[in-house]
Amino acid sequence: MLFKQSPSPHIKQSLSVHDMMFMVIYALVPGALASIYFFGWGVLFNLAIAISICLATEAIILKLRQRDVAHTLQDGSALLTACLLALALPSLAPWWITAIASISAIAVAKHLYGGLGFNPFNPAMVGYIVVMISFPLEMTLWSAPLGVNDGWPDFSTTFNWVFLGALPYGETIDSISMATPIELIKTQLNQMHDITETRNSKEFSALFSGLSGAGWQWINLCFLAGGLWLVKKDVADWRIPTAFLITLVLISNIFSVIDYSTNSSTLFHVFSGGTMLCAFFIATDPVTASTTPKGRWIYGIGIAALVYIIRSWGGYPDGIAFAVVLMNMAAPLIDYYTQPKVYGDPNK
Amino acid sequence: MFIVIITLAIIASLFGLLLAYSAIRFKVEGDPVVNQIDSLLPQTQCGQCTYAGCRPYAEAMAKGEADINQCPPGGEATIIALADLLDVEVKPLNAEHGEVKTLPTIVRIDEETCIGCTLCIQACPIDAILGAAKLMHTVIESECTGCDLCIAPCPVDCIHIFEVKPTTRNWTAELPDADFASPHAG
Amino acid sequence: MRILHHHMQVKLKIMNRNHNQLEEGILSKFDGGLKLVGHKQVSTGSAISSITPGKHYVIPLQQHIGAISQVLVKSGDRVLKGQMIAKRGDLISAAIHAPVSGVVTDIKQHAVPHVSGLSDECIFIENDFKDEWIERNPLGDDYNHTASPNLRKIIRDAGIVGLGGATFPASVKQTEINLKTLILNGAECEPYISCDDILMRERAAEIISGADIIGHIIKARRCIIAIEDNKPEAIKAIQAVIDEDGTGFFRIQAIPTIYPSGGEKQLIKIITGKEVPMNRFPAEIDVLCHNVATAYAIHRAIYFAEPLISRITTITGQGIKQPQNIEVLIGTPMQACIEHCGGYTEDSDELIMGGPMMGFTLKSDDLPIVKATNCLLVTTKEKEMPEQHHMPCIRCGKCVDVCPVRLLPQQLYWYASSKNTDRLLEHNLFDCIECGCCAYVCPSDIPLVQYYRAAKTTFIQQERERKASDIARQRHEAHQFRLEKQKKERAERLRKKREMLKNKSNDKEADKKDSKQAAIADAVARAQAKKAERLKENKAADQDIK
Repeated sequence: MLFKQSPSPHIKQSLSVHDMMFMVIYALVPGALASIYFFGWGVLFNLAIAISICLATEAIILKLRQRDVAHTLQDGSALLTACLLALALPSLAPWWITAIASISAIAVAKHLYGGLGFNPFNPAMVGYIVVMISFPLEMTLWSAPLGVNDGWPDFSTTFNWVFLGALPYGETIDSISMATPIELIKTQLNQMHDITETRNSKEFSALFSGLSGAGWQWINLCFLAGGLWLVKKDVADWRIPTAFLITLVLISNIFSVIDYSTNSSTLFHVFSGGTMLCAFFIATDPVTASTTPKGRWIYGIGIAALVYIIRSWGGYPDGIAFAVVLMNMAAPLIDYYTQPKVYGDPNK
Repeated sequence: MFIVIITLAIIASLFGLLLAYSAIRFKVEGDPVVNQIDSLLPQTQCGQCTYAGCRPYAEAMAKGEADINQCPPGGEATIIALADLLDVEVKPLNAEHGEVKTLPTIVRIDEETCIGCTLCIQACPIDAILGAAKLMHTVIESECTGCDLCIAPCPVDCIHIFEVKPTTRNWTAELPDADFASPHAG
Repeated sequence: MRILHHHMQVKLKIMNRNHNQLEEGILSKFDGGLKLVGHKQVSTGSAISSITPGKHYVIPLQQHIGAISQVLVKSGDRVLKGQMIAKRGDLISAAIHAPVSGVVTDIKQHAVPHVSGLSDECIFIENDFKDEWIERNPLGDDYNHTASPNLRKIIRDAGIVGLGGATFPASVKQTEINLKTLILNGAECEPYISCDDILMRERAAEIISGADIIGHIIKARRCIIAIEDNKPEAIKAIQAVIDEDGTGFFRIQAIPTIYPSGGEKQLIKIITGKEVPMNRFPAEIDVLCHNVATAYAIHRAIYFAEPLISRITTITGQGIKQPQNIEVLIGTPMQACIEHCGGYTEDSDELIMGGPMMGFTLKSDDLPIVKATNCLLVTTKEKEMPEQHHMPCIRCGKCVDVCPVRLLPQQLYWYASSKNTDRLLEHNLFDCIECGCCAYVCPSDIPLVQYYRAAKTTFIQQERERKASDIARQRHEAHQFRLEKQKKERAERLRKKREMLKNKSNDKEADKKDSKQAAIADAVARAQAKKAERLKENKAADQDIK
């Protein structure tokens, strides 16, 4: 209809928020498949619970806030939070762990601050931290990866455990779960067994096969592939993963050279735990990261340093969540001090 | 135990002396708050705030006798600025004091009807009307603040209000609607 | 110490590089920017066409940056073609001339093409179709021997303003001091617009002639014609003229096609490697930038004594049946231009003045072509309509990556929404050139440019109001002072009067006393005088006896 009014510009590039969120979800798929392959049904159940509870929580809160439910849900951000949570939580976590984490992530970390774009802390990481601090025991319940001991439990065992808390006669949770390589190194070091000893021990050597532990190396490689695709498509800013990985490599290199018996190698750090998930999917969350180009370098470096510190000397096995949330706190300050010099600024 | 008390007392007095010295040495001469308040008011001198001009209103606010939401010509922007300066809550304009005008206004004298009585000249708080007894009175439009105080005294009702419409040289663009910022149906 | 020394060496290297850059034609890049699809072929398929003159012309008094022009004619006057009908309103302002000979029928408010959609004062002229020009005495080749101030006066009186869209009065930019490099802006970086391209193809000689005139005025050492590399025909045409000229004063510089390389500050960075310092003019780094169409208009003014009464406008877009470039008189109704180009298509949607990035939508086509109208773009309905309300900002930072001024559009957006003026100024709100790159990439569809325009206009209006209220305060204080003074004077007069009255009654008493004493004194004096007389007489008598 002629003489329609609209503000300039009158042409737009087509990538919307919905497009970006779904591209991130697609990039998660290879890593998710690897996780399911190595850790079994538990991961699928996590995904199912997290997705349904995240979306339901968001719908309820939107109704309470009198917002357009369908329009907001379709932007895909709650779905993405759910997927990230599900892949970060242990595969044998009971259903209520996933539920509590999901509700904390969506209701508290996201909507109490105003919804998409207004939250200062990464919602998935806040959800993870809530359950990590409240239920530290349940957060260690990863099944044994495929190829180690008996591998992951079958469908009915997993189902009964996750949803009903029931185990087959004669089994304890300890018999079907196993520590992750990172956790193991830490607990063994506390018991004065150094890394070489742990890696070569009869009990645990199968867990340390390959680059960085059975299963974990493939999962991280898949996330790396997905993440690189995201960077190429300009959905994730390249500065953050680059800063994160380079810093992690440097620090772990320095320390493992100084004393390789108490400090894990670079390869181990880079391909174990949630490193790649953090580098490309969690730290790059635009809403909570720093916004200036220089600031993003500092942000990435900060997260890597904190991850290493918490892994090596902190109380928790994998420090991703805490590192990310700590740097989220610092992001506004970083932004303030890294404002780029405007065109024509004499002090450039 | 005794030693502890003495030590703490000494430390406290040292810090006290340091603070006193700093308060004197680094004292910043500030604008008296009345001037700061007055600089935020629109200077219409209309009296809608129930005070005899902007300065008396500023003085009353400084004393705490008047609220910050009594000035219609200042509108929301002035209330926010005053709230910021005086560190109080922003509140909506008190409707008892009048409505905010959508467009700025000026007045013009109908020269056919003017009888030269000078009542409007005496009423104008900023001397924006030229004229003398038995001679034509004219409003200096560029100085008129739209306080409308001259309208009532005119015995022949020859002063009329005109809205000053925005031109391409002084229009203000509107902020776009941000839907997510407020609740709406559906 | 060594670090300082190294730093100085690096600085010298950069300075040398800048110096050589101009000589050797090395190009720099500006930060940010976008690669856009040009759509230039839509309108460059045919030569410039002319519209048959119409009956009515509407000429707004404000078609330039600066003060509004002051009308010189009144309703009923007959005017000649090219006659000045409004003079400069101030130092920064422009004259306006009649595009046709005819009669001034009215001077009143009419809708004008402005982003606000408001009306403004316009002069209405009815064409008498006699095409009668004013008397013209062109300077011609003599400009080579004419002093710069006189040449600037001719350009000024011709009402020539920047025809790239900014409409800054041309002669005001042309100072004589230190302007070593003249850059002709033939970039035309916005999609769809092709008026400069076609002008360069068809009238290259006149453009170079105009550039030579400007070069003479500012005593430039070199002239660089910057043309985006998507215009090979224009480059060829200009190159042919330069080759014929052979003086070595002119040089073409083809630049990569990136939006917005046609922005003055961005173009200067590309060509010279230097950035125009904040809040200062390009003259400070010895550069003057003019659009190619402005150079053409200057040529017409010097060689034909023609004021600025016409321009080339691109009528284009998917919503126009026969898109092309037209040479149109200022004041021609846009309807006539659209009709000349075959009219609207079935699914035409928006009529935009300018390009798709910086242009603004018009409310109707009952508007005149003005000096700034470089393009009329008619768009068609898009299959995907953008949302009415935008999504929240997800802080992705894409806007920061594309901003050609290195601003933080995201922060400006937050502060503009919350009307935080202090922070907006800290983040250099007024350096924004409203190019639209940030809004183009925003995944949340936020109309960022609208936010900045609102923030800027609101701030300027607030400053105006603050100044006005300061004056009102002074007037009020003067008013109070006057009343005080009157009161004091009245009180003083009253006091004096009372005093005088009091003194008058005292005086009466005193007078009485006085007269008594005076009488006594008189008597005493008389007595003494008599005594003195007698003594004198006795003495004399004594003398005689002796």
